[in-house]
Amino acid sequence: MLHPATALDAVTTPGAFLLVLSIVIPVAGILLAFAVGGRHIERIASAIMLLGVAVAAAIFVTQQHSDGPLVYLLGAWAPPLGVALRADGLSAVMMMATAVVISAVGIFAGADFRPGAAQSREPTTFWVLLLAIWGALNTVFLGGDLFTLYVALELVTFAAVPLVSLDGRAETLRAALRYLLFALVGSVLYLLGTTLLYGRYGTLDVVLLSHQIRAEPVTLIAAASMTTGLLAKTALFPLHLWLPPAHAGAPAAASAILSGLVVKGSFFIMVRLWFQVMPGLPGFAATQLLAALGAAAILFGSVVALRQERLKLLIAYSTLAQIGYLFLMFPLALNASGQIESGGALAGGLLQAISHATAKAAMFMAAGSIYSVLGQDRLEGLSGVGRILPMSVLAFAFGGVALMGIQPGGAYIAKELLLQAATETEQWWWAVVLQTGGILTTAYVLLVLAHALAPAAKQIALDGAAPRIQEAAALALALCSLLLGLVPWQLYLSIQHGMPSNLFGLAALSKSLLTIVGGAIAAMLLGHWRGPLAHLPLWKTLAVVIDPIRRAGERLEGIDDILRQWSAAGISLLVLALAFGASMLIAS
Amino acid sequence: MTDTTVFGLCAAAAVGLGLYGLITNPQPLRKIVAFNLLGSGVFLLFGVVGRRGAAAGFGNDPVPQALVITGIVVAFAATALAIALLLRLFQTAGSATLRDGAPTNTGIDPTGD
Repeated sequence: MLHPATALDAVTTPGAFLLVLSIVIPVAGILLAFAVGGRHIERIASAIMLLGVAVAAAIFVTQQHSDGPLVYLLGAWAPPLGVALRADGLSAVMMMATAVVISAVGIFAGADFRPGAAQSREPTTFWVLLLAIWGALNTVFLGGDLFTLYVALELVTFAAVPLVSLDGRAETLRAALRYLLFALVGSVLYLLGTTLLYGRYGTLDVVLLSHQIRAEPVTLIAAASMTTGLLAKTALFPLHLWLPPAHAGAPAAASAILSGLVVKGSFFIMVRLWFQVMPGLPGFAATQLLAALGAAAILFGSVVALRQERLKLLIAYSTLAQIGYLFLMFPLALNASGQIESGGALAGGLLQAISHATAKAAMFMAAGSIYSVLGQDRLEGLSGVGRILPMSVLAFAFGGVALMGIQPGGAYIAKELLLQAATETEQWWWAVVLQTGGILTTAYVLLVLAHALAPAAKQIALDGAAPRIQEAAALALALCSLLLGLVPWQLYLSIQHGMPSNLFGLAALSKSLLTIVGGAIAAMLLGHWRGPLAHLPLWKTLAVVIDPIRRAGERLEGIDDILRQWSAAGISLLVLALAFGASMLIAS
Repeated sequence: MTDTTVFGLCAAAAVGLGLYGLITNPQPLRKIVAFNLLGSGVFLLFGVVGRRGAAAGFGNDPVPQALVITGIVVAFAATALAIALLLRLFQTAGSATLRDGAPTNTGIDPTGD
């Protein structure tokens, strides 16, 4: 359960040494890798992964059986003097999801990054960075004060950036540098806010700060700058200039980690900040603004994804859209007295994050297998791949179905919880965005599947082979995402009205059918796919309707190109900071 | 005007200049320098914050000092990583531009800035 702003924890709770272990184990793995290094790196990483999963599971179970969050006081010094690690329901669930995704990617990467005598340093680098990201993300989930979170956030970035340019091509180096520089702007803005908060309140501890924080000018400036900084790191539209090239250019295993997990780190800190440190501060206008950016991300990300010609870029733009989804929960969590409340909406948002993490990692892994077999990943060239790599295409399909919000995927439960919250808070417009987002997601998933399942026109020249274990890892992770909806989440997250029941009732099924049909129509209208209807004479008469829609899609892509210029992104950053400050000022 | 006000204003100026440089300068190296300026502004602000704690009878509040040291280490690491990436980019592509659509790994780009 989530306990916002509980009484100050003065002692270390039993079993809290697990929290330290979850950070120390990956770090120990890195040190071992440097000490023993070389040929044993893969074995070390596998052992660390087994241990890490065990620790994450132990934290998950211990947390569920304890009354409040697990707390570990470093050196037995209590805040404000000391630093606390805390694990509440949110952290436990996120850590478990992270452990599962990292392990699956580890199995996948085992075949790609096998250290050999003649090879470069690439395998060693990959495994070290993978463990580093894991340790840093666990610190993000456990950190109990804003400065620890800053350091953890930087560690995540430092480990993620070299992953982008693992192959050392100029194109990926450029993407990595863009990513690093823009992320640094974000983190300095976050640090600026931290400084201001310390100067005003004399503490950075999440719990202590939540008791003291009031709506004052300096607090609002701090909140606005921290929020904007975190959004830049999460790549929420329009601050996404670094995401598509970085996520599409990296090797498949790295893309899976970057898209699935790394963006969730800064998102998680955003949740901590808005839900726990300052639930009363943002108010109506700021939450609406945040969700409006999310809605724009869904629209732009999905439409541009539909217009991509390469599979990996399509998946990267889909990440952009799915990040938008994560921010829809903020206005829906606002209660009648203007406080952000942890309830069904937060549970929905978190579930969305987890199901995206698992599904997107699986989709990138499947795309990686396809790429290594075909030697390219153009959508046009995918025909016939369903015969060659049935497991990978199935993994992509399962991951896609999980993302669409169709039962029994985790995203279905997430969508239902958010829709429930939208009805309760009488914000019907977010319900419309949620449904439209589902339809657009369906559109690009169907677009890929239609290409992959089409019969090959001619014999396909195979460029390489995808080991069976790689395909199995992707499929297992996609299945994980698809079955997330069957987990009894009310035990782990605070959901007042219970889970949506009757997953396979007539109403639920017909809603899903509507999403699929809508998605197919959207794919034909906006994508490069003509479908079976294109040969009918009716299609030509429909051109009057289709052409304007297609032109609108083109225009959106053009706007996206402009927004991804550095200067446009910089200006958006400043404008957003001002807008958040102003809207919080209105609320107070 | 007290010391803390002067330093506070200096910090604000450094932050502003750094942000301006980061957004407007197209060259990556200048962006890295601007990031350092921006970071220095924030660290100076930490110093000001620590100095204000002195009113309580301490010589200086030690917590912001500890935070600043950590922050400087992080910023140093970030700069080192950025420079390393930039160097490698220059060696590989023959230019150090961040622009999209610049020639990739095919030879030297004479128009690079």
